[in-house]
Amino acid sequence: MNRIIEARFIAPEIKLFRIEAPKIAQKRKPGQFVVVRVDELGERIPLTIADSNLDDGTITIIVQGVGKTTKQLNMLEAGDYVHDIVGPLGKPSEIENYGVAVSIGGGVGTAIAYPTAKALKEAGNYVIGIIGGRTKEFVILEDEMRQFCDELYPTTDDGSYGFHGFVTHKLQQLLEEGRKIDFVLAIGPIPMMRAVAEVTRPYGIKTVVSLNPIMVDATGMCGGCRVTVDNKTYFACVDGPEFDAHKVDFDNLIKRNRMYLEHERKALENFICRIDVMATKLEKEDARA
Amino acid sequence: MPELSNKERMQIPRQHMPEQSPSERIRNFNEVNLGYTIELARTEAERCLRCKKPVCVEGCPVAVKIPDFIKMVAEGRFKEAADILKEDNALPAVCGRVCPQEEQCEKVCVVGKKNPPVAIGHLERFVADWERMNIGFRIPEMKPKTGKKVAIVGGGPAGLSCAKDLITMGYDVTVFEALHEIGGVLIYGIPEFRLPKEIVRAEVDYLRQLGVEFQTNYVIGLTETVDELLQRYDAVFIGVGAGLPYFLNVPGENLLGVYSANEFLTRVNLMRAFEFPRADTPIMNLQGKDVAVFGGGNTAMDAVRTALRLGAKTAMIIYRRTEAEMPARIEEIKHAKEEGVQFIFLSAPLEFLGDDEGWVRAVKVQKMQLGEPDASGRRRPVPIDGAIETIPIDAAIIAIGNGSNPIISKTTPDLKVNKWGNIIVDPETMKTSKKGVFAGGDIVTGGATVILAMGAGRKAAKAIDEYLKNSEVW
Ligand SMILES: Cc1cc2nc3c(=O)[nH]c(=O)nc-3n(C[C@H](O)[C@H](O)[C@H](O)COP(=O)(O)OP(=O)(O)OC[C@H]3O[C@@H](n4cnc5c(N)ncnc54)[C@H](O)[C@@H]3O)c2cc1C
Ligand SMILES: Cc1cc2nc3c(=O)[nH]c(=O)nc-3n(C[C@H](O)[C@H](O)[C@H](O)COP(=O)(O)OP(=O)(O)OC[C@H]3O[C@@H](n4cnc5c(N)ncnc54)[C@H](O)[C@@H]3O)c2cc1C
Ligand code: SF4
Ligand code: FES
Repeated sequence: MNRIIEARFIAPEIKLFRIEAPKIAQKRKPGQFVVVRVDELGERIPLTIADSNLDDGTITIIVQGVGKTTKQLNMLEAGDYVHDIVGPLGKPSEIENYGVAVSIGGGVGTAIAYPTAKALKEAGNYVIGIIGGRTKEFVILEDEMRQFCDELYPTTDDGSYGFHGFVTHKLQQLLEEGRKIDFVLAIGPIPMMRAVAEVTRPYGIKTVVSLNPIMVDATGMCGGCRVTVDNKTYFACVDGPEFDAHKVDFDNLIKRNRMYLEHERKALENFICRIDVMATKLEKEDARA
Repeated sequence: MPELSNKERMQIPRQHMPEQSPSERIRNFNEVNLGYTIELARTEAERCLRCKKPVCVEGCPVAVKIPDFIKMVAEGRFKEAADILKEDNALPAVCGRVCPQEEQCEKVCVVGKKNPPVAIGHLERFVADWERMNIGFRIPEMKPKTGKKVAIVGGGPAGLSCAKDLITMGYDVTVFEALHEIGGVLIYGIPEFRLPKEIVRAEVDYLRQLGVEFQTNYVIGLTETVDELLQRYDAVFIGVGAGLPYFLNVPGENLLGVYSANEFLTRVNLMRAFEFPRADTPIMNLQGKDVAVFGGGNTAMDAVRTALRLGAKTAMIIYRRTEAEMPARIEEIKHAKEEGVQFIFLSAPLEFLGDDEGWVRAVKVQKMQLGEPDASGRRRPVPIDGAIETIPIDAAIIAIGNGSNPIISKTTPDLKVNKWGNIIVDPETMKTSKKGVFAGGDIVTGGATVILAMGAGRKAAKAIDEYLKNSEVW
């Protein structure tokens, strides 16, 4: 059981948690993740370690509520506990001084890109950040990213804030302006990562993406997380999660992530239904009191 | 009962293990075998000839004093029987259920020359269950605390048996386990219908009562390295099992619906996907589906029988060789057949074929015939030219074995491993190349058995005790 020290929404459906996990805080490197189980019958879900604090032994995770488990997690508050947390898992990001590094985050992907962007800056890179959201409120961690980025470009799909368009459009623009770019890290929805890969491919720029297949143990024991890269099979939890974007078989990943769509829908419906029942009960109790 | 003559003993038929009927049990996850009654156990125990030179004991990897405990059963002295069993076997309720007795003690039992052998496994199970249900576990004699501490890496049978011996020898023992529950394959691999989890949990609780500490969610190599453990502990035992699933490396293996047996069984057993949506973790809906399991060992049998219980219309084993070469326990094969599992022998998968959405729809197999025996003595299957068949399936489960997980070896460079990644040890003491570090179980032998892992854990405990009394002897 690990205690939540801080919990606050930073965007609609996106919540930041600081959770006590001193060993993990000590050990973790940028690019690594934890597996969390909210309660005793909970699923094991992977979440990136966005940051850590050695003084109070906490790690930061940033969670987007997309289904049953993440929504349930996002209902927890400071003082609550999560049942299990294990890590740090996965290979750390390969941090080098590449020269000019672009760090691209789409939606909650910004939270995953953030620790690596920070490390890239510390390694001496000139860091350009591009962080996108559907609308202004979905652009997250702008202040945090700004601290480590030499240039930062927020983008929104609807133009409500920053650059009007997708993160890929901004990247394309920089390239067309003739900017020298040596390294690109892109994290976000799979279609976005694939699009970034296509933008940088003709330029031959080393591009890394962080893959998000469905995981179970996340220690290399089950092979459920296998991804196809360069026509070979890898276990993303131990061989990744970061891979060469130009070699990833995104189609296979998209398909494999759809494996439990029916179940996911059902789990979420059940959960919302249970919350409704609970809420009605509480209301009745309140009324009686 | 008056003393029986050997002739009389030989006339008693082997007592049948009561079990759930096949039609009933394929609809639930409850244990198939129901266990002997006291009468059945005592009658079966009378079949033992109490040999002067009991060959069964030689056949047992940990040399349980078989005729001695069986005699106690015959006399109705079950507590004494349990005491004798536990002198050599730390997990009799588990071993009585999952040991391949027909390859060990029962294979050599003298009665077996003419009649079916004494049902040693069933009796072992009976005694262990009787103890748990009637008198509970008792606290053994504990040596005074030595003040020294041992870290056990991995909560499978190797680690648990090592922990048990060391705690009674007076050491402080902490077990570090990567998963959120202790038990190793006993918890995540072997299904409920063969080994109820309640039994494993009872064993773990017992160790907790003895003072063993358990730290779950702790991956040695990642959360803390072996070197770091050595700064906090006087010795380390590594029993991390063979937890890296092999795949077939054929095209189409990453299609949807293709699982490793590890993933399939972990979802169902550890994560309780059969209770979805009460439990959050899903498993593919197998109602009315055709499921193929590749492999011929216990893991394959567990997977195929689990698929049946999840509602599969057809559940088939596809195996490269023939039934005679299947490494699974005979009882599991028998149970699988009774339950309606289909066996397709002499067929090796070539390719999985999928639909537009990426779901597996069929498997192409190469028909084989048996050729000359290979190094393991099993006749090697060779392809029959041009004999290729396509079998329609909706899900595939790969159960062709496990290799060793490299997390520990990668993060402990001075720990010597062989080319398969198995840790190299001195077979007598289980000492590794690294001072203060011992290892045993599947991580040393490759996928083997519960009893061998347990035996290795106990051997290591003895050697750790010697080492901690005199570290000069490394
Ligand atoms: C290495 C890695 C790091 C991640 N980091 C973050 C992060 O920092 N913040 C964040 O919000 N999300 C992160 N994710 C995604 C997060 O794990 C999923 O959103 C979450 O598991 C969804 O669970 P659910 O029950 O809420 O939703 P569901 O409705 O069950 O699933 C929604 C979608 O999430 C994916 N998913 C479902 N179950 C799993 C699972 N067990 N493992 C992985 N993916 C699954 C599937 O694609 C599914 O379609 C990460 C994923 C990976 C693999
Ligand atoms: C499905 C299946 C059915 C089987 N059926 C039978 C049977 O009927 N009879 C029989 O005798 N044998 C059977 N076996 C084999 C038997 O289960 C194994 O030989 C035995 O469990 C090995 O024990 P172990 O302690 O070495 O490893 P395991 O049982 O594998 O336990 C190792 C433990 O270490 C943990 N671990 C791994 N890495 C780390 C790390 N870095 N840090 C911390 N913890 C870690 C794992 O999570 C696991 O809990 C079966 C195996 C399987 C998979
Ligand atoms: S070999 Fe068979 S008959 Fe002889 S002691 Fe062992 S179990 Fe009894
Ligand atoms: S999640 Fe099980 S091997 Fe990667």
